[in-house]
Amino acid sequence: MAIEVKTQNLEMVKSLRQVPQEEHYVPGHRTCQGCGPALVYKLVSKATGGNAIFLGPTGCMYVANTSYLCAPFAYPWMHTQITNGGAVASGIEAAYQVLIRKGKYKGELPSIVVMAGDGGSIDIGLQAMSSMMYRGHDALFVMYDNESYANTGIQVSPATPYGANTTFTPPGKNVPEGRVLFPKDAPQLVIGGHPAVHYVATASVAYPVDLINKVRKGLNYKGPSFVHLHAPCPKGWLFPAQKTIEVAKLAIQTGMWVNYTWENGEYTYDHTPKEYKPVKEYMKGQYRFNHLSDAHYAKMQAFIDARLKAPGKPIAIPVLGPREQ
Amino acid sequence: MSRFIIPKHLEVPLGACLPAPVKEQPGMITGNWRTERPVIDHEACTTCLNCFIYCPDACWHLDEKTEQMVWNADYCKGCMICVNECPANCLSTVNELEFPDGVVRLEKPF
Repeated sequence: MAIEVKTQNLEMVKSLRQVPQEEHYVPGHRTCQGCGPALVYKLVSKATGGNAIFLGPTGCMYVANTSYLCAPFAYPWMHTQITNGGAVASGIEAAYQVLIRKGKYKGELPSIVVMAGDGGSIDIGLQAMSSMMYRGHDALFVMYDNESYANTGIQVSPATPYGANTTFTPPGKNVPEGRVLFPKDAPQLVIGGHPAVHYVATASVAYPVDLINKVRKGLNYKGPSFVHLHAPCPKGWLFPAQKTIEVAKLAIQTGMWVNYTWENGEYTYDHTPKEYKPVKEYMKGQYRFNHLSDAHYAKMQAFIDARLKAPGKPIAIPVLGPREQ
Repeated sequence: MSRFIIPKHLEVPLGACLPAPVKEQPGMITGNWRTERPVIDHEACTTCLNCFIYCPDACWHLDEKTEQMVWNADYCKGCMICVNECPANCLSTVNELEFPDGVVRLEKPF
């Protein structure tokens, strides 16, 4: 017996004037100056329109926001362990479905949003995220990507790019580039292995209207969807706090970050520049890449070139073994 | 044997469930973090809303009556993203020492 579950239908915004002025992620939190993930949180909570339940797997946006028993969330928010963001979302969604089926809850199914960092989604939290998508729960999984485990002091994560200096990959005599491996490709991981997912998108804080629209589209879809958001971290990437948006824009102009949408098997690319700038320009602005030599920049450029040459196709990632030169 | 006596207002609710804030979270005043502050020139401002959308701390909003941008001094951390992203160059960076209410230190840290 199928019972129709009412879901939210959020409208797309066309300009900054249409973005709601109401804040759901209120001022008064302990994130760093110029924090990219905090900006992502603000924009995603604006996009949900208020009727949402947010889940926060352990990460910067849990540790820095909810310290000393004061949280800046003006909506139901719950901390989950770093491993089980997807599992808790599944449980909440299933409970709402049962309540609606039994007639005990009348109203729209609230948007269930998991705000996981790169560790909580594709490293430690991968199994819970994967099983949520495999079972097809109606929830949105947002991965805000600051390319490290930033709340414990910038440790390496699978999203950390090649050559980055983190506390677990310090450059030295034997490993002059610091981080040896190339990052995991999170959206392709979701697209490749989860037939229940119909909407996957990547967006950047540099284009907030596009980010809000992509989140709203993901919420409007029935079933699981995944949004991968680029969030520069001034403390971890070591650049001045006022340059967060500049760095995010430069990432798109150099091809380090590609904004695209995958909808039922079709790719759409957004904000593609006519001519890509050299990757060195992006890496020179951040002190975490300061130790690299020209050979390392060339290696990164070759990796980016290979990734950009396949428009409309799944992006292939060459994965090198440890210490392979 | 003496027992810890916790004042009533510092008691932790059962299960650490907290009431949600409405407009702001006064438990975490972050205005005393900044060393510089953005100062707006309302005549040059075009209300493009770039500062409103790019502020990570949600410290800029548009006052609909006066059609002017309003800055929240209690929570601005002074990251200066708004100054960097303003296309009309109507925001300027001014040191906190220039203001009589600058360099605010709270008696209690939190």
